[in-house]
Amino acid sequence: MKQYVLSVCYPAGSTQPPPDRVKAIMSDVDAVRREMQSAGAWVFSGGLCPPSSATVVKHQNGEIVTIDGPFIESKEQIGGFTILKAPDLDAAILWARKLARATTTPIEVRPLVEHCN
Amino acid sequence: MQEAFATALARWPTSGIPPSPAGWLITTARNKALDRLRRESTRAEREHAGQVLIEHEEIEEHDVRDNHLRLIFTCCHPALACESQVALTLRLLGGLTTDEIGRAFLTPVPTIAQRISRAKGKISDAGIPYRVPEAAELPARLHTVLMVVYLIFNEGYIASSGDQLVRPDLCDEAIRLGRQLAELLPEESEVIGLVALMLLIDARRTAREAGRSFVRLADQDRNLWDQLQIEEGRYLLRICLERNRPGPYQLQAAINAVHCDARTAADTDWHQILVLYDHLMGIAPSPVVALNRAVVVAELEGAERALRLVDAIELPHYHLFHAVRADLLSRLGRFPDAASAYRIAIDQCANQMERDFLVQQYRSLNRGATSDS
Repeated sequence: MKQYVLSVCYPAGSTQPPPDRVKAIMSDVDAVRREMQSAGAWVFSGGLCPPSSATVVKHQNGEIVTIDGPFIESKEQIGGFTILKAPDLDAAILWARKLARATTTPIEVRPLVEHCN
Repeated sequence: MQEAFATALARWPTSGIPPSPAGWLITTARNKALDRLRRESTRAEREHAGQVLIEHEEIEEHDVRDNHLRLIFTCCHPALACESQVALTLRLLGGLTTDEIGRAFLTPVPTIAQRISRAKGKISDAGIPYRVPEAAELPARLHTVLMVVYLIFNEGYIASSGDQLVRPDLCDEAIRLGRQLAELLPEESEVIGLVALMLLIDARRTAREAGRSFVRLADQDRNLWDQLQIEEGRYLLRICLERNRPGPYQLQAAINAVHCDARTAADTDWHQILVLYDHLMGIAPSPVVALNRAVVVAELEGAERALRLVDAIELPHYHLFHAVRADLLSRLGRFPDAASAYRIAIDQCANQMERDFLVQQYRSLNRGATSDS
C-alpha cells in the first residue's frame, strides 16, 4: 500500500468565503474524511493556520536562529492536507476528486517516498 | 526474454523498480517478439518467429492483447504531461527509437530521452497502475488515448514546424496504433471513427503536395487520392455510424467522407457538411470547429456572412484563423485588411511549406489589388 499526501491548494491572498459557505465546506470535508476512515484509507489530516502564523528555525553562521515565517513564498498556498493509504495513483485520485468537490479548491496528489524493507 | 530484460534494465536506470516489474518485462518481451514478427520479411521467418514466441513463452493471444491494452492506458495516463504521453506511446507501443521520436518532433534527442525517463519515474513513484481502467472510468481515459493517437497523426499530417509538410512515418504509426486499439476495443465506436478519420484524411496525402508546394483541398488532383484507403475509411465509418453512438471522431470522419465523395471540388455537398458541423458543434464545440464551420458557411452563404462568424471566434494565436480571415476579406475585395491578416498568419505559421503557400496567397493578393486600382 502506498501513501499519498493530498494538499488543499489556494491562491495566496485570496479572501475566505462567507462564514455560512465555510461551514458548508467544512461539513463536506468532514464527510469525505469519515468516508476515508470507514474505508480504512485515512491516515491523518489537518487544516493549516495562515502562512503569516509560521515560524522558521534555521542554520545561520553556525548558529540555529529563530525568525518570522513563512519560509516558502509562493503564489499558491497549502491550506490543509490529508495523508492516505491507497493501492495506486488511480485510487488516490478517486479520493482527491471527492476532496476537490468538497473543498472547491485544487487538490495536489503527491506520493510519499516508500521505505525499502 | 533476455533481450527484454536488457531493455528493461536500460529503461529503468534511475527510477528504481517499475510498479509491476514482471508485467513490464513480459510486455517488453512480447513487444520485442511482435516487433520481430512484424519485421521478419519472409513467411517462413514469420512462422518460425511465431513458433518461438509460442513455444518459449506460452503466451495466449488473449494475454498479449490484454497487456498491450494495459500498456496503452498506462502510457496515456492523464497524470502524465501530454508530451510525455506521446513520447512514451511512440517509444513503448510504436517501437520508435528515441532518435526517431526526436527527429519526428524536431526535438533534441536528450530532451525526448529525459521526457521518457521522467515519465517512467513518475509512473513508478506515483504508482500509476498498469491496468485497463474500469468501465466507469473508461470513456474519460479512452478520450486521452484517442487524443494522443490523433495528436501523433496530426503532427505527421501537418508538421507543426520544419520544412517538411508531411511526416508519413508518424501518420502510418498513428494509423497502426488506431487499428491496434480498434482491434482491442471493438465495441468503442469512437475508436473506429478515429481510424476512419485518419484513413480518409491520409488518403489525400499525395495530392496535398505538388513539387515542394502545398495544395489546398479545392485545388487537389483527386485522381491522386488513394481510393482503396477511402473505401476502407467509408466501410469503417458505416460500421460505427450504424451503431448510432455518434462522437466527435465519427462526425469528423463523416465530414471527410463527404469531401472524398465529391468527384470535383464543385461537386462537394456543402449542405451535408454544414449539417455535420452543426452536429459537431452540438456535441463537441470548440473555436477550431467553429472556424471550420465558418469556412463551410462561406461556400453556402457567402464570404460576408462567414466573416461575421469568424470575427466572433477567439483564436488569436492560430495561424489558420488569420489565413481564413484573410481569404474571406480578399473575396470581399478588402485587400488592405486581407493583407494584414495574411501577414499575421505568415508570422504565426511554423511550417515552411504552409508558410510558402500563405506568402504566395499574400503576393497574388497584392498583384490583384494593384491591378484593380
